Parts: sequence; C-alpha cells; structure tokens
Amino acid sequence: MKEKLVVIGNGMAGIRTVEELLKVAPDAYDITVFGDEPYGNYNRIMLSPVLAGEKTIDEIMLNDEQWYADNGITLHKGKKVVKIDRVRRRVIAEDGTEAEYDRLLIATGSRPFILPIPGKDLDGVVSFRDIHDVDSMIAAAKQGKHAVVIGGGLLGLEAANGLMQQGMSVTVVHIMDILMERQLDRPAAEMLRKNLEERGMNFLMPAETEAIVGKDRVEKVRFKDGTELYADLVVMAVGIRPNIELAKEAGIHCERGIVVNDTLQTFDPRIYAVGECVQHRGVTYGLVAPLFEMAKVCANHLAQYGIGRYEGTVTSTKLKVTGIDLFSAGDFLGDDNTEELVFQDASRGVYRKLVVQDNRIKGAVMYGDTIDGSWYFDLMRDGTDISEMREHILFGQAHLGDSGHGEQNRVAAMPDDAEICGCNGVCKGDIVKAITEKKLFTLEDVRAHTKASSSCGSCTGLVEALLAHVVGGDYSTAPHLKPLCGCTDKTHDEVREQIRRQELKDIPAVMQALDWKTPDGCPKCRTALNYYLLCEWPGEYQDDSQSRFINERAHANIQKDGTYSVIPRMWGGGTSPKELMKIAEVAEKYGVKYVHVTGGQRIGLYGLKKEQLPHIWKDLEEAGFVSGHAYGKALRTVKTCVGKEWCRFGTQDSTHLGIEMEKLTWGSWTPHKFKMAASGCPRNCAEATIKDLGVVCVDSGYEIHVGGNGGVKVRATDFLVHAKTEEEVLEYVAAFMQLYRENAHYLERTAPWIERVGLAWVKEQIVEDEARRKALAERFREAQKYAQQDPWKEMAENEAKRVEFEPLKVVAS
Amino acid sequence: MSNDWIEVGKIDDIPRKGARVVRTGEGDIAVFRTADDRIFALRDKCPHKGGPLSQGIVHDTKVACPLHDWKIQLDTGEAVAPDEGCAATFPVKLEGQTIYLSAKPAEGCPNG
Repeated sequence: MKEKLVVIGNGMAGIRTVEELLKVAPDAYDITVFGDEPYGNYNRIMLSPVLAGEKTIDEIMLNDEQWYADNGITLHKGKKVVKIDRVRRRVIAEDGTEAEYDRLLIATGSRPFILPIPGKDLDGVVSFRDIHDVDSMIAAAKQGKHAVVIGGGLLGLEAANGLMQQGMSVTVVHIMDILMERQLDRPAAEMLRKNLEERGMNFLMPAETEAIVGKDRVEKVRFKDGTELYADLVVMAVGIRPNIELAKEAGIHCERGIVVNDTLQTFDPRIYAVGECVQHRGVTYGLVAPLFEMAKVCANHLAQYGIGRYEGTVTSTKLKVTGIDLFSAGDFLGDDNTEELVFQDASRGVYRKLVVQDNRIKGAVMYGDTIDGSWYFDLMRDGTDISEMREHILFGQAHLGDSGHGEQNRVAAMPDDAEICGCNGVCKGDIVKAITEKKLFTLEDVRAHTKASSSCGSCTGLVEALLAHVVGGDYSTAPHLKPLCGCTDKTHDEVREQIRRQELKDIPAVMQALDWKTPDGCPKCRTALNYYLLCEWPGEYQDDSQSRFINERAHANIQKDGTYSVIPRMWGGGTSPKELMKIAEVAEKYGVKYVHVTGGQRIGLYGLKKEQLPHIWKDLEEAGFVSGHAYGKALRTVKTCVGKEWCRFGTQDSTHLGIEMEKLTWGSWTPHKFKMAASGCPRNCAEATIKDLGVVCVDSGYEIHVGGNGGVKVRATDFLVHAKTEEEVLEYVAAFMQLYRENAHYLERTAPWIERVGLAWVKEQIVEDEARRKALAERFREAQKYAQQDPWKEMAENEAKRVEFEPLKVVAS
Repeated sequence: MSNDWIEVGKIDDIPRKGARVVRTGEGDIAVFRTADDRIFALRDKCPHKGGPLSQGIVHDTKVACPLHDWKIQLDTGEAVAPDEGCAATFPVKLEGQTIYLSAKPAEGCPNG
C-alpha cells in the first residue's frame, strides 16, 4: 500500500513541494492537502499587481481544482487544520475532517504582524497577505478617500502603490527614516522616496503609531508625537510572523519559526516543514526563491533520494511597482573589510552600488536601471573574481566588450517580435506567452517549452532577464548551486571531488555512490561523467562509448541529413601536394558530396554514410593521416601563419612551434573543444587572441594568451605570460591544458571558465608556482601516453568495433 | 493482424544502451537495447527534423536524438513532453538470444 502524505497549507511552498515530488516519484504517496483559503493554489507574490489592477485573480492562479483531481490529490479547501495528533499520526481540521499520515508536511506560511495598539480590530484596518485582504482593500477604495499604510518596507510600498492606483490618496508611515531599510542604503532609499512622492505618495517618517481611532470604523491614526491623520483605510504592513502555533501545540520544536534541518525535517523526522513558517540555520525567509529551493530538497527527501541538502539561500529583492526599478542582494551595507564601487547619476535617477571584498561581490543595491541585477547576483553567488572587470563593472554587462551582444540587456523594452534565441528562432512574445500561459518559473521550464536558450546558450542571460521581468521581482533565476543535471543534486565540482576521494572508477559506481535518481542517467550526466572519469584515471578508466555523443562515438561529425564529415589532421595547417592528392583520390573513391576548407586550416569531406567511415579512415590512415578530432570535446587545431621562414615580418618560426604544440596535445580530451594558434608576429594573422590558447611571437620570445573565444560570444584572450623558448611554451601549453582539464566543468569553454575562476588564480597555479606548473605538465604528458592513439586506426583495425558502423541487417522489400 | 517476423540478429550484436539499424525498402528501423537488455524498435527518424534516432544516447527507456536532443520514449515512440510528436514503433521480440522484428509499423503514428 502507498504511504500517505498530508500537506498542511495550500500555498506556494506546499504545492511546489508536491509538484517537485510528483516529478521525481509520481506514485510514491497518496497525497492530501489542507488549505484554509477557499481557492486552489495561487501566486501570492503577484497580489501586488492584482491590487494595482494590472492583473486579475484568474491570471495568478497556479493550479486549479482540476489539477488536484488529475494528480489524484485530495484537496480540503477552506478547512483549517487545528490539531496534529503525532501519536495516532492524524491531522484534524476545524470541521472535524481527519486525515491519517505516514509523512506530514507543514507549509503554513506566515501572517502579517499586527501592531498591538488600541483600535487594531476596528473595521477598515486590514493587512496585505491574501486574496481576501486584496478584496477588502479594493472595496474600501471604492468608498473612502484616505488610506494610511503603516510600514515602509517592500510589502507596505507595494500596498500603497496599489491603493493609489485604485484612486486613494495614500500616506505611508514608517518608523525609520529610511524606506526599505532591510534592502536599501540611504541614497537608494531617498531616490525611491523622491520618485514615489512625484507620483503622489505621501510619507510620514520617522513616525511611531500610537493608536487607531474610531467608533465602529477607523477614522484617524494617532502618532506618539500627538499628530493625527484622517484615514478611511489602514493597512498594516510592518512585517510577517511565521505560523508556528499548530506545530508548537503538537510539541514540535519551534523558535521564531519551525526549526528544520538541511533536509527540511522538523525534530519529528516524519514531519517536514517548508516555506515561510520554517527557521533554517537561524534564518527565516519571506521571499519565493528560498521556498522553491526548499521544496526541491524536501521533495527529494520524501521520494527517498536522500542526498539533496538545503544550505540556505542568498536572496535578492525587487519592488513590484510598475515603473520603479530597484534591486538589492546580499550584504548591501558592507563593513570595515569591504569596499564600495558606486555609480550615481541623480538627474537620470540611476544609482548602483556594489559591496566588494577581496575582488568578489558581497552585495548590491541598484536603483533606476536594474537590468544588470541578475548578472551581479550571479557573479555574487558564484563568487566570481571581478578584478579583470572592475573598471567597467558598474556600467553593466553590455559594456564588457562582448561585441554583438551590446543591446542584449534591453529586454524589457524589446518589441514582442524581437528574436531572443537565434538558434531556435524564438521571439520575446513566444517566451512571454509561454511563461504566462504555462505558468513557468524556471529557466529549465522555459527551455523545455520554448527551446529558447537550449542550444548554444548565449541568450541565457536574456531569457533569465525576461523571466524575472514577467514572473515578477523577488524570484531568483537559479538555485544556489546548480546541480550537474536533473539526475542528481550534486554539482560538477562535488561529483569530481567524490570521484577522486572515493576512487570511483566507472559510471555505475559513481551513480551508486552518489545516489543517482535515474537508473542510468541522461545524456547530460553520462557524457560529463565519462569525461571526468577519463580525466581522473588515465590509462585505467575504460571509456564508455555509449556515454559519448554520436560524434565522439563515430569519430566523425553528424550532419543535418544524418551523413558524416571526415576531417584529417593537418599539422599546424601545413600540407603537401602528395597529401592533397591522396585526399583528392579518397574523396573521389568514396563519392564525397562536398569538400570544404575549414576555419581550422584543414580540409573537410562531407556527405559520407556511416558504414563508409571505417573504409575511408583506413585509406587515410595508410597514407599517414590521423583523425583531426574535429568532432570532439578535444584538442581541435593549431592554426599558424607561415612565420619567419617566409614572412618578412615574422619574428619566430611560428609554423614549427604550432606543429610542436599540435604534436604535444593532439588526442587529448578536454571539457569542451580546445583551439590553439601561433602567430609569427604581433600582426597576429593566425588570430591567436581569440583562441583557447594563443601564442603571439615577438622579437624577444613568445607571448602566451589564454581564454579567448571567437564563437557565440567573442572574447579576447587574457595575457598569461611571456616565454623565452619553445620548450617553455610547450610546458605552459601542457600545464594550462591540464589545469583546464582538471578544473573546468564539462562543456565549459576556457573563456567562461577563466571568468569564473579568475585569471589571477590561473596565474597562481601555473605562472607563479613553478613546481605546480611542472606537476601539471607532467600529468598532462602522462595522460597523453594513453590518449594519443589514433581512433581511426583503431577503428579500421578492430573488427568488433567496425561492425557497429554496419547495418544490423538489410531486409529486401 | 499477424506479424511477419524477420530474424535480424543476436542480442549481443547490439551494445547495451545502444542501437543498430535494420535497413528496409521503406526506410531504416532503429533497434535499441537498453541497459537491462530490453529490445525496442522505432522508425529511425526523429519526429522533429528527421534525425537518426539510432545514433542517439540511450538512457532508461528513452533515446536522445543526436541532432537537437529531443527525447523519444522507446516503448511508445512518443516525444517526452513538452515536445510533441512520435516515431512509429515496430513489433520486436526476443527468443533466446535471437531478435525478431516485424517490418510493419504499429498504427497511430504519421511517420510509420
């Protein structure tokens, strides 16, 4: 028989947990949900736009009753649970309804804190929490004129804005002299106040409310200094308190919230709690991003994949008032150990402050133009070293010299037919429509439904910005740490660490030791694990060809019609008449459809059938060619110019160097493709400064540059070091490649990798520390002993492997 | 409806988590072998842009198309939501080590 799961609370946290649970273990539980509101599940963070008349209740419903029915969930709506009987494992509702549980999830949320002052219970005094509050505010706005909002925080200002939109004159009363002091510093708060005043909002601050005065209904609000304000409506928005009474009465340990551990279990391990009612590592949360992260971990634990842990959330905030953009995240005030980067343009109404410690962002406040908020937030969460971009960082991501993407941040102002994802032809309007109609919340959802940002990924930032823009403010775009894929909660780094520490030597062993959620993974994790194991255990790990993408399995590039291309290696881009004649002969023999001179200085043969591949390889191999690995996450080409042997400007023999570099590195597998170049002089004809590693020869030796990219997002290299001899260059090449191989995430090019770990760190490892450089280079050479087997030769000679290229059977019709 | 079973090979001719192609006059059929030695057969054409499913990565009872990474269910031929479409399935059976296939697609899918 199925176990019974009872959920108390039909809000965002509880239902999100149920949704996550249904995703990973749809049949694990019989689920019963109690909710004290008479509705299905709705998006509470969108109540502000409802109050402002910008959205309707229907538009913010997340799950209608049909959804509960479709998923076999019993919904008791409008029934408040009044007792948890932990001995008999039952919950009891106000009307006597009882439900038995094997596991219980408490998601009772929070309620507004009501100031304990005289008059608090008068008619016309409301809070701002649920649909009922919004209804009564809208009703009050129809009758009365003056509203007083007590509380100048996020919620208070959103309520005040909504009431103004409903036609009331509104005064915000705040106990501090800074608005939103938990999110803003003084300059930003003052800009906000000025802006709201221009829109007609009034402020009384600092002011402490003493009493609410009136006979049956509210008439006035009186303050400690004796002043009074007329009011037809008073909204209390001074904070929220976790709803813990139910848990407390059941004897579950509570402090400010219900205390939970990293798996969201309370002190009674059968009972879980998520959302605003919980206290985790001393912190309570009132924003949606943490709830979603908790929901995911809790669902995993309920599904008995007990490896996910919730470790707290770094939150960011936006204010949902149309036309006002502010953003705040992390430690935005700083202390003696931090420094501040500030940009202020009062007449444009723009303010940006970053709090920085050791070249890493600790917090951010932005006002006026917040388009880069999610970028700063990512840099902060990932702990990215910003020393390389300090000069420009305040101007935003668009000014980091990424040509071709300068306008990408204007997402909000874009027309609906603006193309966001160039790979899949997805326009802004399509994405917005999918987000609103399908109720999408995460980047993954948007990718699955629209395909936007699911190919090359260069528009990911845009899609995330769009998501934040549509879904609303305090939603954060990605979990704290991104898991490798949906099959695990472990990150790339954690997986690699465990492979090393537990000496895991094949894919099944990794999946078992790390509690993989799927029987044999998915294309994402299998390919990553195969690489990590190969990198960690050279010569020992048995490559799993079924965990490689077809191109690497067939040692050729699959084309759109299912045929393949074959590209033999041409060392350093050099060739000879004899080689060219052989290629021509082979191309004619096998009926190659198209011959192309590639961007990497070699010749590609296109339109070959799979079963032709072993034969053409054999012919090429016999003529002395090896695979060009043009299909792999591997060393691709070393592009060169003709250097001082021929060129009148050449300073060194760049062609010879390029060939040596290629002989050293060919055959090595890397996290993503790896391209090199060697230019004979600073005119740089081999375009070395947009390669993963580029050498520019100068009169005094060799300049080594790293981390360039000429692909989806152009990035010029960073200068790494000046070398005196070819031997020195080769040692740096080996050390740099090995550092990248051992440290970068699978499918991470060197450019984003260097931006993530910081050039300073890379220099520390291989420039400043000679011993470490030599050790890295040595490990690279050791791995190359096993990697430099020409796969074409292997395939051509190995009957068993070759047979897979043939049809299993040909059936005559 | 009776199936005309054709012997196409032995189970070990197909690698685990892999596939081989049976070529017929009406087009290629991909025969898959899962990690737990179950055999499935699909039209070797992704409903999206016609990619050869036989060349994809097999995981659980799904295959990921090598062209644009659509996931197709091996047992039903249906694309995994939210993608929509299907590849025709073909009856297939294992007797001892021998795989038998019927070249008549099951009904219901336009790319049969």
